[in-house]
Amino acid sequence: MIINERIGAALFFSVIAAAAYSGETSIKLAGGEQARLVQLRCSTCHSLDYIVMNSPFLSRAPWDAEVRKMIKIMGAPIPENEVAPIVDYLTQHYGAN
Amino acid sequence: MRMVAGGIALADGALIGRSAWADLPQGTLDSEVRDTLPGKQPLIKRSFRPPNYESPVEFFEDLVTPNDRFFVRWHVANIPRVDARSWRLDVGGDAAPRGFEIGLDELKRDFEAVELVAVCQCAGNRRGWSVPHVAGVEWGTGAMGNARWKGARLKDILARAGLKKDAVEIAFNGADRAPLEATPAFVKSLPAWKAMDENTLVAYEMNGAALPHWNGFPARIVVPGWTATYWMKQVVSIRALSQPLAGFWMNTAYRIPKGKFPIIDRFTSQESETSTPITEVLVNSLMTNLGGGRRFAADQPIEIKGIAWDAGYGIRAVEISVDDGRTWQSAKLGESLGKYSFRSWQFTSPPRAAGRLSIMARASNAQGTSQPSELIFNAAGYHNNVVQNVAIDIV
Repeated sequence: MIINERIGAALFFSVIAAAAYSGETSIKLAGGEQARLVQLRCSTCHSLDYIVMNSPFLSRAPWDAEVRKMIKIMGAPIPENEVAPIVDYLTQHYGAN
Repeated sequence: MRMVAGGIALADGALIGRSAWADLPQGTLDSEVRDTLPGKQPLIKRSFRPPNYESPVEFFEDLVTPNDRFFVRWHVANIPRVDARSWRLDVGGDAAPRGFEIGLDELKRDFEAVELVAVCQCAGNRRGWSVPHVAGVEWGTGAMGNARWKGARLKDILARAGLKKDAVEIAFNGADRAPLEATPAFVKSLPAWKAMDENTLVAYEMNGAALPHWNGFPARIVVPGWTATYWMKQVVSIRALSQPLAGFWMNTAYRIPKGKFPIIDRFTSQESETSTPITEVLVNSLMTNLGGGRRFAADQPIEIKGIAWDAGYGIRAVEISVDDGRTWQSAKLGESLGKYSFRSWQFTSPPRAAGRLSIMARASNAQGTSQPSELIFNAAGYHNNVVQNVAIDIV
């Protein structure tokens, strides 16, 4: 199936990029140390401005749905026991009032 | 009903759209910066990684969007620098028995070159003004651009591959990769009939130059009239399929409720009971010279400039209201660069007294469809073409 298709030799894929987007180091999440788990888990795949940009209009249920989408659909390796702390953090600092 | 838009209390019963420049989510405003990707002018950064950058409104005063001002939108973060000499386009699939592989020189040499001007607009353009707000990239008005594309007709490429009559969809994959192996690759398909449209291209030039890296160098799919989700960047694979493509990016993402929008083009092989893939862009317009808190002199005529576009049916009229939607007057349409292009328009209002003035623009197309006065809400925030209402200060 095309979804799982790998592009042949991948010869031109040598470089990539996390370092190319150096601007993202300027993003500071709220809550100091409380942000560490979110930084660790979410920044594997995307910059943390995705969180700030999507605030403050999601309540706990939609934040929970976003985190579970990242696990179930996007394949984020987040253990179940970390889901609640992550959702708590997002709701507290970036949730709907 | 009394409503407030752009800081102005509007009269009861007035037809209004949502304020255009005033109510992106606070976090969106807090996290936006002007940032410069290599080879680009400063754009409005929505996310650094993957890079999602939109064009500020004043860039649309040019009818054709220069390459270094063109918006940038990626779904997954690993975007390789493609070497034109080693790039290969792999054409095949179970409904194309004579599959082949070609390089960039052959793509340019072996197929007739076609040029056309077409709007490339993200399905989620203006999502940031969804009411209520919905999750996603919180775009303002700038997740779109208008360029002169040059490339080979996709139908010619498919013909060489021996496209069979039982082909249902044509699927595209690009060179981008997600950081995690487990993430679904960004793969999209078109219905075979749209892929065979004479205006659907595999483009290798944009405004007379090679495509910028950020816009899909060395080649991308161009689907005039349809939203940008189908315009696969850095395309490396084209597959003719006898069965519908499955996967997150077709079955879950980029879908709209059935029957809610004035859509003509359908993608029946991907429709479900309740939803359908997004297809054509809706008729829309943008006022291009009112941004940034611009002030106008009380004793001077007020010149309003803008653009309008649709899926290629043709812009028939743009009407302007300076009285909260009570009366509308026709703007003057500019020259046409083709049915898929932005169309410029201009309107001059007589001088007005000092104070705040709300300006609205409403485009209509040859299908008789106009921009709606109320947002057509959908959970993913697609297709926002509600009439905008911009407040200006007369001083």
